[in-house]
Amino acid sequence: MFYRESGQFKSSYAADSAILTIAQDRLFIAALLALAFVVLPGLGSDYLLSGILIPFLILSLAALGLNILTGYAGQLSLGSAAFMAVGAFATYNFMLRMPGMPLLLAIFLGGLMAALVGVAFGLPSLRIKGFYLAVATLAAQFFIEWVFTKFGWFTNYSSSGVISAPPMQVFGIAIDTPASKYLLTLSIVALMALAAKNMARASIGRAWMAIRDMDVAAEVIGIPMLRTKLLAFAISSFYCGVAGALYAFVLLGTVDAQAFDLHRSFQVLFMIIVGGVGSILGSFLGAAFIVLLPICLNLLGQAFHDTISTQFLANLEMMLFGGLIIFFLIVEPHGLARLWQIAKEKLRVWPFPH
Amino acid sequence: MNKTAVAVSLALLTVAGVAQAADQFIPIPSYRVGAYASGGAKFYGGMIDYLNYVNMKEGGVGGVKLTYEECETEYKNDRGVECYERLKAKNGGASAFNFMSTGITYATMDRAEKDKIPLMTMGFGRADAQDGRAFKYVFPLITSYWSQATAKVQFLGQRVGGMQNLKGKKIVNLYHGSAYGKETIPVLDAMAKKYGFELQHVEVPAPGTEQQSQWLEIRRARPDFVLLRSWGVMTPAALKSAQKVGFPRENIVANWWGGSEEDAIAAGDAAKGYIAGSFALDGRQFPVIQNIEKTVYGAGKGNLSDKGFIGTVNYNRGVVSGILMVEAIRAAQKKYGAKTLNGDQIRWGMENLNIDAKRQQELGVTDMFPQVKTSCQNHEGSGYTRFMQWDGKDWKPVSGWIKADTGVTLPLIKASVDKYSQEKSMKLRDCAAEK
Repeated sequence: MFYRESGQFKSSYAADSAILTIAQDRLFIAALLALAFVVLPGLGSDYLLSGILIPFLILSLAALGLNILTGYAGQLSLGSAAFMAVGAFATYNFMLRMPGMPLLLAIFLGGLMAALVGVAFGLPSLRIKGFYLAVATLAAQFFIEWVFTKFGWFTNYSSSGVISAPPMQVFGIAIDTPASKYLLTLSIVALMALAAKNMARASIGRAWMAIRDMDVAAEVIGIPMLRTKLLAFAISSFYCGVAGALYAFVLLGTVDAQAFDLHRSFQVLFMIIVGGVGSILGSFLGAAFIVLLPICLNLLGQAFHDTISTQFLANLEMMLFGGLIIFFLIVEPHGLARLWQIAKEKLRVWPFPH
Repeated sequence: MNKTAVAVSLALLTVAGVAQAADQFIPIPSYRVGAYASGGAKFYGGMIDYLNYVNMKEGGVGGVKLTYEECETEYKNDRGVECYERLKAKNGGASAFNFMSTGITYATMDRAEKDKIPLMTMGFGRADAQDGRAFKYVFPLITSYWSQATAKVQFLGQRVGGMQNLKGKKIVNLYHGSAYGKETIPVLDAMAKKYGFELQHVEVPAPGTEQQSQWLEIRRARPDFVLLRSWGVMTPAALKSAQKVGFPRENIVANWWGGSEEDAIAAGDAAKGYIAGSFALDGRQFPVIQNIEKTVYGAGKGNLSDKGFIGTVNYNRGVVSGILMVEAIRAAQKKYGAKTLNGDQIRWGMENLNIDAKRQQELGVTDMFPQVKTSCQNHEGSGYTRFMQWDGKDWKPVSGWIKADTGVTLPLIKASVDKYSQEKSMKLRDCAAEK
């Protein structure tokens, strides 16, 4: 009833190619952005901002990166965490070795370094496909983790190998409160999500999807395989690299190769599978599911800590989490994004579905 | 972004806002699931048991009841940060955090400094944090990795009949291929230079299940001793590989994270004779452990699901962690009065701990851990390590408490602190001015 596009006419090409063609959607997104940018930094507690929203946003960005590569271009990758690590270590080294470099520039260059490494490890994708490619990217995961642990130069010869991030500022504003860190992350993530959305709708996104659906056919109609695949690797790794830099600098405050282990790669992969492969929204939904659900379960569990043994509760949380993943994948194999889409369809004809 | 996320976050907002009556709140960032759960459950079980014991026996500290809340970190950095943020302001503010994880401690260090909440890093990372001038809120109480590394070499010195006899001996440092594993390399290098033994570093790629080639390399090198810097599955794997190549286990000296029952039992027969460091002795012979068993478990309030784990290495470590926490609260109460104290006041308490022989006697912990006396500059407070040998069933002490070689550690700490303060562009505290 409320969610219906009747009466909204498109009278220009610009209106026809807008991202949000329905007024209700525009209103909803505007309200969401207002909430995220204005209300939450003012009202949210430290815990909500830096304990929940910042990790959620950063991992959404990483999921977005992997979604570009796996969801849109169809190249399965298990190396997202490695590319995050490249972004984090490169940003750290840029800031350390070129004093006075602005944080945003360092993060951008960190992303570029990740893109370069991503292209290098993307080269095999021209010859191998599917699960075999996943194994090749797995090599990237192990190799990069090993490099950062092995060679002291990357960690500035810190005796422990774990290095603390230097203080941050952007345009002269110190990034040291939860609210400022949150706003920095949110701005970067919002901008990059917008860019990803537009890439997915543009010719490059269509080329990716063509390759994903059938690469021989795509080549026949004139899509350059080399350029398109490597571009997918580069852009995906760039997103992961920026996410890694933010993860190290904004969330942890340390640059640690072990924070980007294989487990993190799997986590990001699960995010897009649960959220929706080949969907921008799905990256966010998946990250929310994987990051927030265990925390919610733990918070709920603590309410019973007097009556039930905490040992049992901790394991119960894991079981529930696993059960919920299976439940959602059975209910909707295409991910939470598809559920959201179905909900919108239903809402459109509500309350008279026939 | 989506509606669900917003709804969830709003729900969490309200949860986070609920506060309780004024007590002394101790956050318990435990890990009871995941790869390190078996140690974590015992450690935090011991800590919780001691807090409950103090509540039941004395009605809290100075009449202020101790409260706690757990948060599951799964030994992961991001979950640890979430737990830190969740618990830091609860119930009148967190007293101090003990994450039992180097990674999480690093990730919360800047936050803790800003929130003025101390971090206890008893027996683990960032050895240079014992300099309280640079690390005001970090407390590697009892012994740091670097102190332990020098103690290991001194222990070997005792075995060969004096430090001078180490000259010309060959020692292999077999370390976990991670930041943790590499942390003691500079200290061992300095010790090798000082005492003239030959040192060879051999890396085991994480997680350390596969060590065939490393032990073949060791067999070729024919070292007199192997210093094991292991973690998790690496310990039993190392012992089994050593058995395979026929390296005597009594010449392997591990650090304390290779020195719990879990490590030795997993290696079975191969672990017999193997030696590991320790900063808190195991066993039920200590009065404090017996009292906990009587009072807390007698009332059915014990935290462990299996009473059989009382007195294990990790359990006793947890109890020691609880003792140091409570003693810090006691010390702080002496200065600030018996009321709910904030993190900065507890920090003062931790900086003014004095657990001497008399106090240890009162607590019923004589010889369980070394005497601890901290100050503004010395956040370690002891620096003693003791060595234990696995006899196939139990850990048996094979040395007294060995003091760290401060002649080696202090210059390294100073260099590290200088670099840290430069990287962070910060000024060191002036301890003489604070009284």
